[in-house]
Amino acid sequence: KPDNTAFKQQRLPAWQPILTAGTVLPAFFVIGLIFIPIGIGIFVTSNNIREYEIDYTGTDPSSPCNKCLNVSWDSTPPCTCTINFTLEHSFESNVFMYYGLSNFYQNHRRYVKSRDDSQLNGDNSSLLNPSKECEPYRTNEDKPIAPCGAIANSMFNDTLELYRIDNDTRTPITLIKKGIAWWTDKNVKFRNPTGDGNNLTALFQGTTKPVNWPKPVYMLDSELDNNGFINEDFIVWMRTAALPTFRKLYRLIERKNNLQPTLQAGKYSLEITYNYPVYSFDGRKRMILSTISWMGGKNPFLGIAYITVGSICFFLGVVLLIIHHKYGNRNTSADIPN
Amino acid sequence: MERCAARRAPEEERRVRANAREYNEKFQYASNCIKTSKYNIVTFLPVNLFEQFQEVANTYFLFLLILQLIPQISSLSWFTTIVPLVLVLTITAVKDATDDYFRHKSDNQVNNRQSQVLISGVLRQEQWMNVRVGDIIKLENNQFVAADLLLLSSSEPHGLCYIETAELDGETNMKVRQAIPVTSELGDTSKLALFDGEVICEPPNNKLDKFGGTLYWKENKYPLSNQNMLLRGCVLRNTEWCFGLVIFAGPDTKLMQNSGRTKFKRTSIDRLMNTLVLWIFGFLVCMGVILAIGNAIWEHEVGVCFQIYLPWDEGVHSAFFSGFLSFWSYIIILNTVVPISLYVSVEVIRLGHSYFINWDKKMYCAKRRTPAEARTTTLNEELGQVEYIFSDKTGTLTQNIMVFSKCSVNGHSYGDVQDVLGHKAELGERPEPVDFSFNPLADPRFQFWDPSLLEAVKLGDPHVHEFFRLLSLCHTVMSEEKSEGELFYKAQSPDEGALVTAARNFGFVFRSRTPKTITVHELGRAITYQLLAILDFNNIRKRMSVIVRSPEGKIRLYCKGADTILLERLHPTNQDLTNVTTDHLNEYAGEGLRTLVLAYKDLEESYYEDWSERLHRASGAPEAREDRLARLYDEVEHDMMLLGATAIEDKLQQGVPETIAILTLANIKIWVLTGDKQETAVNIGYSCKMLTDDMTEVFVITGHTVLEVREELRKAREKMMDASRSMGNGFSYQEKLSSTKLTSVLEAIAGEYALVINGHSLAHALEADMEVEFLETACACKAVICCRVTPLQKAQVVELVKKYKKAVTLAIGDGANDVSMIKTAHIGVGISGQEGIQAVLASDYSFSQFKFLQRLLLVHGRWSYLRMCKFLCYFFYKNFAFTMVHFWFGFFCGFSAQTVYDQYFITLYNIVYTSLPVLAMGVFDQDVPEQRSMEYPKLYEPGQLNLLFNKREFFICIAQGIYTSVLMFFIPYGVFADATRDDGAQLADYQSFAVTVATSLVIVVSVQIGLDTGFWTAINHFFIWGSLAAYFAILFAMHSDGLFQMFPNQFRFVGNAQNTLAQPTVWLTIALTTVVCVMPVVAFRFLKLDLKPELSDTVRYTQLVRKKQKTQHRCMRRVGRVGSRRSGYAFSHQEGFGELIMSGKNMRLSSLALSGFAARPSASWIETLRKKKGGEGSTACSPSGAADKTLKV
Repeated sequence: KPDNTAFKQQRLPAWQPILTAGTVLPAFFVIGLIFIPIGIGIFVTSNNIREYEIDYTGTDPSSPCNKCLNVSWDSTPPCTCTINFTLEHSFESNVFMYYGLSNFYQNHRRYVKSRDDSQLNGDNSSLLNPSKECEPYRTNEDKPIAPCGAIANSMFNDTLELYRIDNDTRTPITLIKKGIAWWTDKNVKFRNPTGDGNNLTALFQGTTKPVNWPKPVYMLDSELDNNGFINEDFIVWMRTAALPTFRKLYRLIERKNNLQPTLQAGKYSLEITYNYPVYSFDGRKRMILSTISWMGGKNPFLGIAYITVGSICFFLGVVLLIIHHKYGNRNTSADIPN
Repeated sequence: MERCAARRAPEEERRVRANAREYNEKFQYASNCIKTSKYNIVTFLPVNLFEQFQEVANTYFLFLLILQLIPQISSLSWFTTIVPLVLVLTITAVKDATDDYFRHKSDNQVNNRQSQVLISGVLRQEQWMNVRVGDIIKLENNQFVAADLLLLSSSEPHGLCYIETAELDGETNMKVRQAIPVTSELGDTSKLALFDGEVICEPPNNKLDKFGGTLYWKENKYPLSNQNMLLRGCVLRNTEWCFGLVIFAGPDTKLMQNSGRTKFKRTSIDRLMNTLVLWIFGFLVCMGVILAIGNAIWEHEVGVCFQIYLPWDEGVHSAFFSGFLSFWSYIIILNTVVPISLYVSVEVIRLGHSYFINWDKKMYCAKRRTPAEARTTTLNEELGQVEYIFSDKTGTLTQNIMVFSKCSVNGHSYGDVQDVLGHKAELGERPEPVDFSFNPLADPRFQFWDPSLLEAVKLGDPHVHEFFRLLSLCHTVMSEEKSEGELFYKAQSPDEGALVTAARNFGFVFRSRTPKTITVHELGRAITYQLLAILDFNNIRKRMSVIVRSPEGKIRLYCKGADTILLERLHPTNQDLTNVTTDHLNEYAGEGLRTLVLAYKDLEESYYEDWSERLHRASGAPEAREDRLARLYDEVEHDMMLLGATAIEDKLQQGVPETIAILTLANIKIWVLTGDKQETAVNIGYSCKMLTDDMTEVFVITGHTVLEVREELRKAREKMMDASRSMGNGFSYQEKLSSTKLTSVLEAIAGEYALVINGHSLAHALEADMEVEFLETACACKAVICCRVTPLQKAQVVELVKKYKKAVTLAIGDGANDVSMIKTAHIGVGISGQEGIQAVLASDYSFSQFKFLQRLLLVHGRWSYLRMCKFLCYFFYKNFAFTMVHFWFGFFCGFSAQTVYDQYFITLYNIVYTSLPVLAMGVFDQDVPEQRSMEYPKLYEPGQLNLLFNKREFFICIAQGIYTSVLMFFIPYGVFADATRDDGAQLADYQSFAVTVATSLVIVVSVQIGLDTGFWTAINHFFIWGSLAAYFAILFAMHSDGLFQMFPNQFRFVGNAQNTLAQPTVWLTIALTTVVCVMPVVAFRFLKLDLKPELSDTVRYTQLVRKKQKTQHRCMRRVGRVGSRRSGYAFSHQEGFGELIMSGKNMRLSSLALSGFAARPSASWIETLRKKKGGEGSTACSPSGAADKTLKV
């Protein structure tokens, strides 16, 4: 005999929500009323952000970098070029310097998988025997490549330097290179191989540099905590971008004191050591200077989207209200045909 | 079951020689072993896997798995496919194995039944499966017949034997079979062992009522017919023993030939799903092709240049080849549009629904202690789409019990249930039944509630006495007295039995009969009437009479029969009484009772002598015997005196009329297919309110030839059309309407019609050139009754409707004769708890009462359908929303088949993050409470019209899914394109993007399931909130330092969750995506609800508004109890028993020997009898009962 339980007899107590005018219409209005102010807030914040962008690829023959357009990885001496520019407004708070690449497919499947996180995490066996995923940048001349893979191999290696030109004097601006990577990446995900002592040269013994690199990974920087796999430029590069046009944080410019803006309005010059060829695949390189707010850098899309969606919600609410009032079903039981 | 031989080529004719196994083995006839199982231990794994991989889906996933093992293509790890695939295969295999185990068990049980086989002159116990064609086997009373036998001899005189064929054709009345005279003398084993006759007969076939063959024995030919055959499935009754020669065994028997092939049933949703899945495959291939072309172009334009950073794979030398590989890679990552979990989830939901059916307390029959059982777990949602119900009658609609309910004697009606004050009592408050304890011979099971009738008997009312005397004399019942006072009546129809039993309880006990006498105990006195003649029943006469001579010597004719016939034949002096009785008859008919009118007539001695003389001559006449007899009968049954009328209730199963009424309101058409006679079937049609007097016309098709049937069908159609034309429906009737047009016209017919068709007409109607005509006519009628149909015809009718109407059919029945119909229909329902279990074994659902059908369909079926549809809609939606993101992403990642999400998210999305909420909805959702679906049967209609899930709905879901996927990709794209984090770092890295899209996807689909869930039980809450919680928990776990430290290459997303989800921009994006995805859906649904609500929405809304008020709705109008009179035997009553009785053929030898004494005065006859009995040393018994006492020869 079947049990007489609420579960078995399908009599479980339940909440049975229905979309009624009483719930739907207010919901639309409330969403509208919440979204519009948020959108305005974001929009205003975004507009207050200073951003400056230079394309230094040099496709334009008049560009100073045009000469470097067909540079190759192993060209010596490196091609350098200088671009002058003027900031109309001063950058008040901390300024972030980015390099931006376009038409660069860091999200290509074969590219994305072409790395060995085990190796990058300092695993000694992977260091000498990298994963197959790294092919064809797994070994070079029978030596394992460290760091292996297409991502590491294609690391961005232009050097950007910024000078303020004040009455023909070039004052270099201090660019801080640490603190640009995620803490977890720097401290958890990326680690140098372990062994006796801190001599990276010894630790990377038996490996070879990636094909495109001018120098091995343990010579990326002079500071020990920014060298090898934990070099922050390297880490930033290794965090692949989702889209073919992207920017990556390059340097920080910290505000010195409260009296002066970080970057005053005026003339500046950008000195580029042009090592990174992009022209062959129609790529573009940019340098971006930007301040940030609570929600990051300039982001007009989000604000506009919020305002639009909020308005549509509100508008829909009104339309639905009218429709409901005019044609709405009163939902009386008289409608139920027997 | 290797013992059962495989099929052979069809045979032309069958030669069987008795007692000659070697000879018969030459022909390799099938043995009597029956095999319904599919596998054995060795074949199970390969056969089952083979069967499973015949499922397109399984093969597809296997194919995907192989693709994923190719490194150049593999865009996803192999484990994303293999785990679910293995899981699915295992579950199915276990289920199949269990099913087959039970089939083995039942096969074994049947095959191991014992029977006595005559082998080299000795009777040996053998198992059924070892019985061979040509064996002679002995059957005993109440045994099942083991194979199709030629009856050789029996314990009864003239080689007669009685069988019950309920298992075969559902008829419960007994049938007589007779051995051919030459063999009927072979009574003992020694003679039988020498019997070496050879039978040449037709090959095995499924015709239950036909057999043609010849017996060659001792250089003589003897024709054989069905009259000599005992078919497998019959039960031997009232026959001590009999011998039979096995002609057909095992699968060749007519029973097995009649049981249709076991077909794997699929629901229409299943079929639709398969079609849709194929379409989705097509869609998948299209997308794959688009993306592959994109890839080829991209590699050609961009990729070839980008080789400085990303060289092509080894072996890839052209963009074209890269595109080709990319096609397969995309097939892999886009395969989640049809995840394997779809099939698993569907099965789980159906299983859940099946359990709800099994658990339903309201479908549990306390009396028989049987709960409802969903024997097939894959058909539940189809229960919500049934349009045609094919019902058996006996045992399904009716209980097959006849009850003497009321009577009218001399203008006084008895039988109303009365309360203490003498008022008519309401139903339900029945007082104690009448006490029959004064009568030691009373049948304790008989119940009657009106004490006044017994009073009248006791007071000696002569009319009442005569009334019961008639009932105790005028019948063809045989009695059997096992021990003193313990009478058993063997009636060929239950209603005759009911009448004689009624008389017995009221003190007129029919005790025994011989060919020439009938002995009745009248209020304790044994009186023997001399039986002068039985004027037997037939369908034209619709009455039967007996002529008896009372002990006083008076000759009297007693007659009972249908009112229409009998009332015309009364003496004119009866006019007043006739009027009163007619009123009573009308009253009874209105209550759905079957009536018979009783009358008598005194005959002059001289007249009788004369008549009897003429009768004798007529019955000896060589030609036109029937006609002459009929005229003589007619002559004597004239100017009779009315005694009264009886009313018999053919007890319907509980709640049958109500159930039929509700199902009819739910727009379900009910066809009754019965093996019973037309009158019986029509009567039941009336009493269960399928046929009503409001009906415009009931067409009866009884033609014997193709032309007649065609003509009758045509006339019926014309009448319907004429009527609808005259009603001014605006149909301009054209002479040449094409048959399709005809259908539409016929379907729009006004007025209610019913069709009754006979088995022999049906045979013609089902022929290829007429079936459409028949179907059109039948479908235009509100009710269809097919009577006298064979099991195969039942299946054919179902098949016909299935074929042309594209509607879901349900067959319900209780006997073996319903098996083929049950198997043929989309859904087969067996009535359990009765004696036969074949129907239940073949059925998909079983329960013990017809009335549970309404609950099964209107509650369980409706809910199942609703849930399944909602489930499928949501499922396709969520997978399209999930998968199509890859498509859009393809345009931004060089068509490289890079997934948007982490591979773990892809693996777990369908298994963990989104499976349980939708499962909970699929199992628990309810739109309206169960009592409402009974109150408003119209709520059932969406299922029949296939409204909740069809191609249109599917496209809407897909569109919604694609819409969601577009937003899911492009909103984060828009936001992330140039965005940076609040610490200045890049926001748009691949991993953050993946987490953002995945998180918004999970939230959006959770909100969507929240919107779809109409019935939030605690379980739904738990699953929905739990899934969200699980998502975040797993996300953080997968991105944790610990897992990364252990497997750095597997958990690359380390630290991603905390870094990404700490960004306000990410949450703003998720919120935006959610609102944009859900808002239009809410607006659309609200508008639909507000402007064009479905009935269920309205009911639901009303429910909400009036939660505290009690609704007064009643959906069912009580149909006024007015009905036309239907008089006559309720049950198929055969002609011929009267003759058997009079000839004494069916009497035992002992009684036959005594019949010679019958002519003497009764008192002395009894004395003689007693002496004779005593002399034979028989135990003492009551004088009159002794005659029928079973005596061994």
